[in-house]
Amino acid sequence: MDTFIAYLIPGIFSGAAYAIAASGLVLTYTTTRVFNIAHGAFGMVMSFIFWDFSQKQGLPVWLSLILVLGIVAPLTGFLIQRFIARGLGEAPVSVSLVVTVGLFVGLIGAAQAIWPPEPRFVPPLLADELGNDKSFPIGETVVTAQQLITVLASIGVAVGLYLLLTRTRIGTAMRASVDNPELLKLYGGKPETVAALSWAIGVSLAALGGILLVPVVGLDYYQLTLLVINAYAAAMVGRLKNLPLTFVGAMGLGIADSMALGYIPTDSLFADVRPVIPPLFLFAALVLLPQAQLRIGQVKGIVSAPVPSVPRMVVSGGVFLVVLLAVVSPMSEARLLLVGTAATYAMVMLSLVLLTGYGGHVSLAQLTFAGVGALAYAKLDSPNLYGLLLSALIAVAVGALVALPVLRLTGLYLALSTLAFGVLMDKVVFQNERAFGFGGALEAQRLSFFGNTVETTRAYVMVMGVFFVLVAIGILMLRRGVLGRLLVAMRDSPAACGTLGLDLRWARVGLFGLSAGVAGLAGALFAGLRGTIGAADFQYFNSLPLLLLAVVFGVTSVTGAALGGIGLMLLPVLSGSSPIAGGIVFLIIGFGAVFAGRDPNGLANLLFRVGRLLQSRVLRRIDLHLPQLPSTTAFTRSKTPTREVSGGELFDDGYDDEPVPIGASAGSSATSGPTEQKGVR
Amino acid sequence: MALLEVDDVVVQFGGVTAVNHATFEAEAGRVTGLIGPNGAGKTTCFNVISGLQRPTKGKVRFNGKNVTSVPVHRRSKRGMGRTFQRLEAFGSLTVRDNVRVALDIHRGIAGVVKPAKSDIDGLLERVGIRAYADDRADSIPTGTARLLELARCLAGDPRLLLLDEPSSGLDETETDAFGDLLRDLAAEGRGILMVEHDMDLVMGVCDTIRVLDFGEVIAMGDPAAIRADKRVQQAYLGYSDEEPEHAVGATGETDESDMERTAVIPVVAASEGATS
Repeated sequence: MDTFIAYLIPGIFSGAAYAIAASGLVLTYTTTRVFNIAHGAFGMVMSFIFWDFSQKQGLPVWLSLILVLGIVAPLTGFLIQRFIARGLGEAPVSVSLVVTVGLFVGLIGAAQAIWPPEPRFVPPLLADELGNDKSFPIGETVVTAQQLITVLASIGVAVGLYLLLTRTRIGTAMRASVDNPELLKLYGGKPETVAALSWAIGVSLAALGGILLVPVVGLDYYQLTLLVINAYAAAMVGRLKNLPLTFVGAMGLGIADSMALGYIPTDSLFADVRPVIPPLFLFAALVLLPQAQLRIGQVKGIVSAPVPSVPRMVVSGGVFLVVLLAVVSPMSEARLLLVGTAATYAMVMLSLVLLTGYGGHVSLAQLTFAGVGALAYAKLDSPNLYGLLLSALIAVAVGALVALPVLRLTGLYLALSTLAFGVLMDKVVFQNERAFGFGGALEAQRLSFFGNTVETTRAYVMVMGVFFVLVAIGILMLRRGVLGRLLVAMRDSPAACGTLGLDLRWARVGLFGLSAGVAGLAGALFAGLRGTIGAADFQYFNSLPLLLLAVVFGVTSVTGAALGGIGLMLLPVLSGSSPIAGGIVFLIIGFGAVFAGRDPNGLANLLFRVGRLLQSRVLRRIDLHLPQLPSTTAFTRSKTPTREVSGGELFDDGYDDEPVPIGASAGSSATSGPTEQKGVR
Repeated sequence: MALLEVDDVVVQFGGVTAVNHATFEAEAGRVTGLIGPNGAGKTTCFNVISGLQRPTKGKVRFNGKNVTSVPVHRRSKRGMGRTFQRLEAFGSLTVRDNVRVALDIHRGIAGVVKPAKSDIDGLLERVGIRAYADDRADSIPTGTARLLELARCLAGDPRLLLLDEPSSGLDETETDAFGDLLRDLAAEGRGILMVEHDMDLVMGVCDTIRVLDFGEVIAMGDPAAIRADKRVQQAYLGYSDEEPEHAVGATGETDESDMERTAVIPVVAASEGATS
């Protein structure tokens, strides 16, 4: 019984801390529809600021607390809402998630740049001169002051939120905003004020959760940030909107975690279970979610990068390979490995072009699928093309399996379940002795073609280049065909696809599988390139910068994937000199994604625009000597290429000004005269 | 037996009752109008019928079979097609490709025979938007996009068409032609259930009309009977001098409709219309 209580108390303590963090997450999500992946990162940065105030600057602890929780954190939340998160709630999930993942990576970068790694100590809030916590014995066990404060704080947060939401005007507006922000606006409420307030409170709660956990977890960039997965899991129990259930979920998680520590022997088969309790919890909560209803009246019509014609693809692919050959010929072995790594990343990004660029879904575990492919490949003896195909197919199966249990979910929930899957795979499979082993390495052989092994790294890199081109052409061909149209249709309007008779669930499983297969192929080739691979090569955390760079460089085009691959490969090279430089690189990428994330066509699109501009200049010269063709509808269309259709009422205003296509018998335009052909026949 | 039967359907969103024990049906070969003020629950009814919204209570029967728990895509396979009040065109695709996708889905994407261009253009011709075939669907006017949704729907050769405000964005001549098209479609034996605010069109085209207010069916009958109905005049048509019976607070939970109604200009002079 005493052991039970001894483990129950720390469980309640961590549950209380999770509850504080999770309630902030729920508050911002319900009122603004932005799921803040960076919630934990805010807690981490605020904890560093708290350390800075209380330890470095030497301010009293109480004053530091007031400064951080009362001024810095709310102000940060307010500014983030004003300048970054505004209007994000209505954006597609692929945009809103990428922006907050950008914040996540950017905040970690900022913390590393401002507070370079060094041992830092944050004493408990009520510490004595030696930094030891005050404690009170209860029976045989001991409760520390920090634990007591945390539990009291969580009760305070619960009561405070209850009073705010039920007893105040702004709280009522917040609850109204949950149901329908548009309606709130019509009633004279101010959704923007509500959003700003809830972000301010949200970041404060993240800060409080972080500061309370720091003495236990330590002041670490990643540990604190990733603790938020526990908060996600708790919040998901409350289905992201129910605060009391969120508290229950947080307590349950904290206690389960602590009990596992106490009752599962470290040498047993289940010793691996403890670190995966939060992601398992998250996954289970997601699986148990009810069927997501299809949203209607969404934004649609995304201007994507142009899809080249088949001859153009082939020529570009050929040119790419020739350039690659010229580049790699004089290279040293070390550089060749870097180019091969870039090719791997580029191929993983190709899988994102398919999934995110065309399909509009977000995966936060694409590197994990690559790891699956690599693992399968490394287990093969003298792998040939069949072996390579087999590795990719295993990744396809795993990808489909991930999507299966969450078949009914969409957007955000689907993305979160990939995150949970990534953590699970990393901790359970990749770090397992039978797979890569923790910190261990697995040997993999080079690929062979019809009995001829590709021995030199240079030739192998060329093989990877060829595979990249083949996969890229394959994806572009798919985009041009039936499946591609279907993907775009599903992205533009899932509801319409459903009412036209498409079973969206299976289409989604297929898409996930295919995308995972491409990533798996990349991983398998990578394993062959490196010769030895380990769990460290496929850490789930690295899927986030991968996603960000894919978006920054353009997730709608294969060119973007190629550029993104090079960019991701250069990251460790650039940041290798010092952790501050690394932090700054992360900072730039993170906040780059925050601002570039709204246009998924990314930097690659700039290239295309320059290309088109040059082309049109040249063509105009030639045009002068040609007889003028009658204008076509295509001409009119090119004048308004970026217009997005919005919901009915907005569109009604603009439509009178719609240019009548020249040379076309226009249908419904107010400018059509009585002689115009009638629109309906 | 009617093609579509909505049986005692209730939909509640939190405390708000959007559809309140609605019971009505739509027959094959006839155009049925569903009218009522904004916020009366018309679109919610459509969502329940097409399967996008699960009712809190009640049943939907299609072809005599209970389809209340049948998923959206299977209802479509059984012959239900719908358009949307807020446009759901595939904005990144051309108008022609919008219809092509619909045909692909209808025939099965693994189908050997790919839809011929003439099939697609035939459908576009039928609704009168052939001229826009090569335009991106997010660059065309609202009215055209609504017709595109209809063409896309027809690709599945549906037995029941659910049209949500199909004529908004069309001018007068176009609306007339659209009415003719609806009559043609009904003559082919299709059932049409139409939510519409253009009273001229509703009164001219519909064989029978159901009026929703505060989520309840307050009247049903042919156009002449509906026009003469006192409750309908008060609730919707807007040319009665009398005060509405159930002003603010009478039913408690439906402030939304009250508020929206003030923002809606009453549909102009339904009596003038009906020239046909």
